[in-house]
Amino acid sequence: MSSSVISLSLSSGEGYPRRMKTSQKADDRDTGANLTSPVMAAFKVFQQELDTKHDKHERLVKLSRDITIESKRTIFLLHRVTSVPDVEEVLTEADLKLDGVRLNIRMIAEELRGEDLNQFHRAFTPGIQEYVEAVSFHHFIRHRTLISLEEINTKLVFIKEPEDTPEGQQPMGTPQVLTFQVTPTDYLLGVADLTGELMRMCISSVGNGDMDTPFQVSMFLRQIHDGFSYIGNTGPYEVSKKLHTLRQSLSKVEDACYTLKVRGSEIPKHMLADVFSSRTAMMDQDEGVA
Amino acid sequence: MSVPEMFSYIQGFLSADQEIREDIRKVVQVLEQTAREVLTLLQSVHQPTGFKEIPSKCQKARELFCTVRTHLGELKTKFPVDQYYRFHEHWRFVLQRLAFLAAFVVYLESESLVTREEVAQILGIEVVREKGFHLDVEDYLAGVLIMASELSRLAVNSVTAGDYSRPLRISNFINELDSGFRLLNLKNDPLRKRYDGLKYDVKKIEEVVYDLSIRGLAKEQEAGGDK
Repeated sequence: MSSSVISLSLSSGEGYPRRMKTSQKADDRDTGANLTSPVMAAFKVFQQELDTKHDKHERLVKLSRDITIESKRTIFLLHRVTSVPDVEEVLTEADLKLDGVRLNIRMIAEELRGEDLNQFHRAFTPGIQEYVEAVSFHHFIRHRTLISLEEINTKLVFIKEPEDTPEGQQPMGTPQVLTFQVTPTDYLLGVADLTGELMRMCISSVGNGDMDTPFQVSMFLRQIHDGFSYIGNTGPYEVSKKLHTLRQSLSKVEDACYTLKVRGSEIPKHMLADVFSSRTAMMDQDEGVA
Repeated sequence: MSVPEMFSYIQGFLSADQEIREDIRKVVQVLEQTAREVLTLLQSVHQPTGFKEIPSKCQKARELFCTVRTHLGELKTKFPVDQYYRFHEHWRFVLQRLAFLAAFVVYLESESLVTREEVAQILGIEVVREKGFHLDVEDYLAGVLIMASELSRLAVNSVTAGDYSRPLRISNFINELDSGFRLLNLKNDPLRKRYDGLKYDVKKIEEVVYDLSIRGLAKEQEAGGDK
């Protein structure tokens, strides 16, 4: 629907030059601000083109907001895993929510069909970053690993007519396949946000007497921190800004692990056995760091 | 994929990106140099003696645009065709300047508003995005607005040089541009900011026209021209 509007304005854009060149002679200019002058005709075309572009931009911003809200809700939902006995149930529910978010991303992909993704990138980048954050958080809780950019992108391949190509999961190629590519920068910024969520999860799991998660999170955060240090300032400006927050999250998690080690004796008796049997090996390391 | 692997993959992407930007920056620098040369050349129309030389100056400017075309041709090869907007910021400024220069040359030659197609043709680029390196409509409009302030200056200087009819023609032209821009629904963006300056150019030219008319200078010139 929207693409037909664009082609319309483009074709009329191509149509007017000849008329304008021939008629815009010195005597024509005497008409001044006459509404039928070639200049006005040209500006009418520009008006149409700019309006089409702005409308598309607005629609994308709205979609991006919806994605942000739903992703944030998913993240809140996922934070419940620390206090709920059935983790799997929460994860399935989050999966359903993420499917809903993906429908919105699909609409973005439809808006961008035949367009330059980078032209409208600023309109939807906040939503995409939030989605990356939610999806990678979900992935971490289930697999305890970092979701790769490729894994995210393969989930964003949409099939236009599912009954036509049920197994046609190959990216691009056939016209029915609609893809959305998360840019590496958006991925990076989303992962940087993820560290904040992991920190919260780490702290709240301590409150629930979970002794494994804090250490897993601290290991994982250290790896991510190393990764970001490796990229350093070669990345875009926003990345280096987030690096500071990442450091804070990391030190909070490391402090939490440290406290767990030191005050192991103050943990309720029935949990002590678990703590010491599984974590004696790490004791030396942590003391060295502290 | 492990975390370090993932990050080195991203790092690879970032450095490739950096290299492209570096290449683009080099070409854009040369392009800016040429644009300055054209501007210097055209600045001489503000000199009292320059008014008679307008056709020859325009001729020379058109020759310089040949160089611009080769540079732009080189710029096109520096990045993938479909990623125009990813690197747009790098050449946005210079492209607006070039659009202004092309528009100015065309105005000096024919006293008419250059079309977007003509600018694209002078610069050797496309009009629509699908065909490759193109002139964004906002860049074209920005170039036209730069020309408007240049013309308000030209109106003042042409009076100094004794050409009393030119300001009237410029006034008509700018008024038409102004009503053209009024048609647009601009957002709060750089183009809007620049458009907000147009009213000062309009005002300036109107003052010049006013000064001329109360002294009967405008009419005198016109009558003299008719005879």
